[in-house]
Amino acid sequence: MLNLNHWRSKLEAVVIPVAALLFALILFGIFCFFVLLDPKNIGQSIAQVFQVYGSIYKAAFGSWFSLQNTLIRAAPLMLSALCTALPARLGLGIIGNEGAIVVGGLAAIATGLTLGNITPLVSQVAMALAALAAGGVWIGAVGALRHYRGVNETISSLLLNYIAIALLNQLVNGPMKDPSSLNKPSTYPLPEAVMLGSIPGTRVHYGLIYGLLACAIAYFLIQHTTFGFAARTAGGNVKAARIAGLPVGKLTILICALAGSCAGLAGMVEVAAVHGRANESLNANYGYSGILVAFIARHNPLAAAVVAILLGGILASGGILQRNYQLPDATILVFQGLVFLVVLYSESLYGRFRLFRDRPAPPPVAPLATAPPSLSA
Amino acid sequence: MGLGVNSRSSFRMRRRQVLRGLLATSAFGATSQIWTGCSQQPEAGSGSPTAGQQVTMGFIYVGPKDDFGYNQAHHEGKEGLSKLAWVKSVEEANVPETTSVEETMRNMIEQDGAVAIFPTSFGYFDPHILKLAKDYPNVQFFHCGGLYQEGIHPKNVGSYFGYIDEAQYIAGIVAGLTSKAGKLGFIAAKPIPQVLRNINSFTLGARSANPKVTTQVIFTGDWSLPVKEAEAANSLADQGIDVLTCHVDSPKVVVETAERRKIFSSGYHASQASLAPNGYLTGAEWNWATVYSQYAEWLNAGKTLTDGGIPHLIRGGLKEAFLKLSDYGPAVSEDAKKMAEAAKAKLMDGSLVVYKGELKDNTGKVVIPAGKELKQQDVELEKMNWLVEGVIGKVS
Repeated sequence: MLNLNHWRSKLEAVVIPVAALLFALILFGIFCFFVLLDPKNIGQSIAQVFQVYGSIYKAAFGSWFSLQNTLIRAAPLMLSALCTALPARLGLGIIGNEGAIVVGGLAAIATGLTLGNITPLVSQVAMALAALAAGGVWIGAVGALRHYRGVNETISSLLLNYIAIALLNQLVNGPMKDPSSLNKPSTYPLPEAVMLGSIPGTRVHYGLIYGLLACAIAYFLIQHTTFGFAARTAGGNVKAARIAGLPVGKLTILICALAGSCAGLAGMVEVAAVHGRANESLNANYGYSGILVAFIARHNPLAAAVVAILLGGILASGGILQRNYQLPDATILVFQGLVFLVVLYSESLYGRFRLFRDRPAPPPVAPLATAPPSLSA
Repeated sequence: MGLGVNSRSSFRMRRRQVLRGLLATSAFGATSQIWTGCSQQPEAGSGSPTAGQQVTMGFIYVGPKDDFGYNQAHHEGKEGLSKLAWVKSVEEANVPETTSVEETMRNMIEQDGAVAIFPTSFGYFDPHILKLAKDYPNVQFFHCGGLYQEGIHPKNVGSYFGYIDEAQYIAGIVAGLTSKAGKLGFIAAKPIPQVLRNINSFTLGARSANPKVTTQVIFTGDWSLPVKEAEAANSLADQGIDVLTCHVDSPKVVVETAERRKIFSSGYHASQASLAPNGYLTGAEWNWATVYSQYAEWLNAGKTLTDGGIPHLIRGGLKEAFLKLSDYGPAVSEDAKKMAEAAKAKLMDGSLVVYKGELKDNTGKVVIPAGKELKQQDVELEKMNWLVEGVIGKVS
């Protein structure tokens, strides 16, 4: 697998993101320096900035205790990210993750409550299937609207978020309301026995396994199957795909449905592993964070899993900055924003450094010293 | 924002992206590793409180701690602990009601050695506090909202809340006497019992001073929707309403909009006087410092919820100093102040009962029959699902 051809571009793929991350860390350090600045003791302020770096690492990845914190936060983001990443390979911009999570959660709780106290495994499988189906139909409908009616999928999926949230509010305030949940209207709780537990030996719920599996399957599907190839082709050039006889309509709807079912499953996990019931907490912005993850990962499902863990780590370290350094609660958002902006910006640097440009054996003897950097990626 | 995907990406590039992501993560770790030696964190003994030692208390808020509202009120309560030298308090703001709050609680216990946790948002209770209470039986969990039920919830869980509608009743008197139009506006998040009780008490207070007063209610649908709150405030002002109050997480927008429209406002949760120097009348404020200091004393004496030394449910009103009223603004007349102070005195000595029959709701139905009194502690009031006569609006 590993050969030394193109070692320069491989090196580039390592150096640029590492440099971007370091640059973001430096920017964040400057930000922290000014927030923590004590004009009487500048040396101490600088030392504190380095302590902040150390604390972020410790709180995110420094121990098994904090790593679990990171993984718990990463789990829903993986499934949510796929809702954007998969259709993006087909050239579609779906941002209806939040809505699909909500309807997935609703379908799961409805199924779980209907089945009641039966064998946990049966109930869990049924809940998962219901959530997959509900999320699939939800985003599948976006794909269908796109294909048959030419409705812009970004707008329609965004608007469907509001419909899903309104549906959730309507159901938990009305037909599905547990009358004892007075000040925070919720559905009846799932029986304790059918709740998804934690992965043995950890406090991380099974959502993480679902997320990792889904990312792996999605990667395989997109990269190593004819179905994935067809989807990528259609994403590259719809006209060419049609001329080649690819069923673009079917692909659109199917990919959207798969994407929606991933987010739907995230909703099921929230209901069956975290809350035990459905209420407004189901609408926790995992959908929007998922979009961010998908874009940073450039819609690669495996990279999405990694980015989700990175984002989980950043979120996990937010607390320590508030508690140990009295930094404002928005600090971690500043950090997250800086990392993402710099990483996204670094995309434009590929191919700009001659050092990394693969050159044909014997390199040209006298390259023009003033040659403008090429923009080709 | 461009939502299209780079169609030129080849397999090589995609593998490169994975690699890039992986390396980014590990590089992030490696760069920070260098300085881990410098950071100081109290390594935790998560144990039960011992009498006379330093007491570490952890506070968690769902929004920013300077929101001029619910979260700021709790933060100010926590700041009140600074008088007690043996209390160490830690806090985290903007913590969502998801697994995030569980992790925050764990960190406070494991890393800061907190012996008592105060997760202040209502939605933190079930399932998050209940779950953590089982995992850490020696830590005390105190939740704001009064949900503890004996025999159902873990023994190391307690709850506290205040009868803030008493303060709303007095604010209503001031509003009723100040309004020239006789029309008050109330911007509320959701038609749930706690909120309805505030609307009703405010209106009852206003109508006790001026029986012709009405209160127009607008429900925005959620706790923090600044845009809708501003729209609601403007629309109420357009209808000729001249005093606004609210029950949302942060009254900032409502009070500011009222000031801009040159009408009066009455605050909630914390003081918003600085936002409306002309039109701010008074406001129903929490005084959590009383509650938190009391808990700190109990903890310092080595008492716990489990051994019965700390009561599982504590409640209080004006008398117990769980609440306070904002200082009267410049627009409040001497008469109004006098009447408000008289009502306050009566509420404190127990001679004034806000909910007593005969009381009709705004559809004309008798909700409390003549001769019946519901004292502030009455649990029936916590199931309130009606709006009192004089309120314009519907519960659903």
